[in-house]
Amino acid sequence: MAEDKKSPENPDRRDFLTTATGVMAGAGVTAACWPFVSSMNPSSDVLSKATTEASLKGIRAGEVKTVEWQGKPVFILHREEKQIASMEGDGEGKDPQKDSSRVKNPDWLVVVGICTHLGCVPSRKKDGWFCPCHGSVYDNSGRILKGPAPTNLVVPEYEFVGSDKIIIGKKQA
Amino acid sequence: MKKMIGWIDRRFPLTSFVKHELTEYPTPRNLSYWWNFGSLAGVVLVIQIITGIFLAMHYKADAAMAFDSVEHIMRDVNYGWLIRYMHSTGATAFFAVIFIHMARTLYYGSYRAPRELMWWTGQVLLLLLMATAFMGYLLPWGQMSYWGAQVITNLFGTVPFLGDELVVWLRGDFVVGDATLTRFFALHYLVPFIIVGAVLVHLVALHSVKSSNPSGINLADKDNIPFHPYFTVKDLFGLCVFLAIYSYFVFYNPNLFIEADNYIPADPMKTPLHIVPEWYFLPFYAILRAVPDLLGGVIAMGISVMIFAAMPYLDRSKIPGGARYRPFYRVMFYVFVIDIIILGYVGAKPPEGALVPLGQVATLLYFGLFALLPFGSKLEEKWLRKRGLPEEVEAMIQSEEKQKEDRRQRKADRRNARR
Repeated sequence: MAEDKKSPENPDRRDFLTTATGVMAGAGVTAACWPFVSSMNPSSDVLSKATTEASLKGIRAGEVKTVEWQGKPVFILHREEKQIASMEGDGEGKDPQKDSSRVKNPDWLVVVGICTHLGCVPSRKKDGWFCPCHGSVYDNSGRILKGPAPTNLVVPEYEFVGSDKIIIGKKQA
Repeated sequence: MKKMIGWIDRRFPLTSFVKHELTEYPTPRNLSYWWNFGSLAGVVLVIQIITGIFLAMHYKADAAMAFDSVEHIMRDVNYGWLIRYMHSTGATAFFAVIFIHMARTLYYGSYRAPRELMWWTGQVLLLLLMATAFMGYLLPWGQMSYWGAQVITNLFGTVPFLGDELVVWLRGDFVVGDATLTRFFALHYLVPFIIVGAVLVHLVALHSVKSSNPSGINLADKDNIPFHPYFTVKDLFGLCVFLAIYSYFVFYNPNLFIEADNYIPADPMKTPLHIVPEWYFLPFYAILRAVPDLLGGVIAMGISVMIFAAMPYLDRSKIPGGARYRPFYRVMFYVFVIDIIILGYVGAKPPEGALVPLGQVATLLYFGLFALLPFGSKLEEKWLRKRGLPEEVEAMIQSEEKQKEDRRQRKADRRNARR
């Protein structure tokens, strides 16, 4: 049997060529598909809007400023001393998290203003936010207190530039 | 897998279709590489449709945005440059492949009975391709796009009585404008799918009459081989060669087929000093300009494209195999090819000096060859038969004549019987 397999008469010896051709062709087709798939990703002019600069000047304590970042609203809350104090601890909701891990400077809370339930924009209430769509309630750290939302409001990547300016979003290389 | 195919086969002729039309489809074993260009045209059609759909995802068919959106594709969209260059080079490749496909048909006389419908569906495909290419060329909204469309739509103004209204109707505006651009985009997206339909008709006709072959003789069964693997492999090899050449132009010389003036946004107030159509329209454009009268020129250009359809009637020779066995026809074929190249050259240059009479002589020669064919082919046939043809060819001609005679006889008999 082993001898038969090695014999030049054995047609299976050509299987290698067929398989190799198939693999090469498959790789070629896959490579050719890549530019087309990639072309549907955000183009570079869209990516250039990936970061937003926001000035913190003129936001008085207790006020919220909404800025646009990648087409989404971002809430910047200038927290008062007592608001900061009341946020200590892990929060009372289903997604406990320390307030200190959600802010870079306790005076400023920066969160994406999109409800983690189904994407509505929550409206400002006295002690946090309330989503008009399905009634989720968030505190002044953007943590979910009650309602259907599964997680806290998302904290975007941001950086302080000096004391009164932040850049939201990762810088594109 | 076997079970699934069995399930389908009980409801749909999958296995028998693949067997009949692909794996066991009988193909003449003597086909040369000139027979590769049909399937190649199919591949180019697929490339054009895929790249076109992806371009349409980023293109804006609006006179104010079209030019910028093309630049947006070139600069901002991921691999947008690649997709656009594939599409623009693809247009050139499409015509190159189709012209070679037509030249093969003319050289080997493949348009002869029983393949007239293949030739005529091919003629329809050529017209659809030309219309698609013309409308697509307006979309980048550069100077050449704009003035090319302006000139070609103006040709419809030569239609008697209705001309001016027709031109305005075609443009949806008094000049080529936003309305023209939007409708050209809509049609440029639509027509390729009509082409796909026409290609299917072309293929159904092919699989009914089967491929012609270089000998022109109907082959015995033993001289046909299954399409797969012999011609799938041969077509794939041809495809690789084609893709190598195509890739050279896409990656190293993509602007060879794009006029520099088309990188200037369309300006309805200023015509470029020298407008030229794309290379594939040049011979026909030269014929248009060769006739001093505008209406005459338009008619001559129309006939120069449509006259191919008359080939099965113009060529009256019964000798199979086209130019291969017909020295006179072979000379005519080569003169025709050279004449088209001359016309292309004349079409590309400004109409000045000696180029004007050269274009006129080349135009006369173009039509002269078609006019000569009915007589030339008959005389040539008589001469060749007197000189003696190979046995098989003579036998084939005689059997064809006999069939024709029988048909005539039967018809006469029926007529007499009715009386």
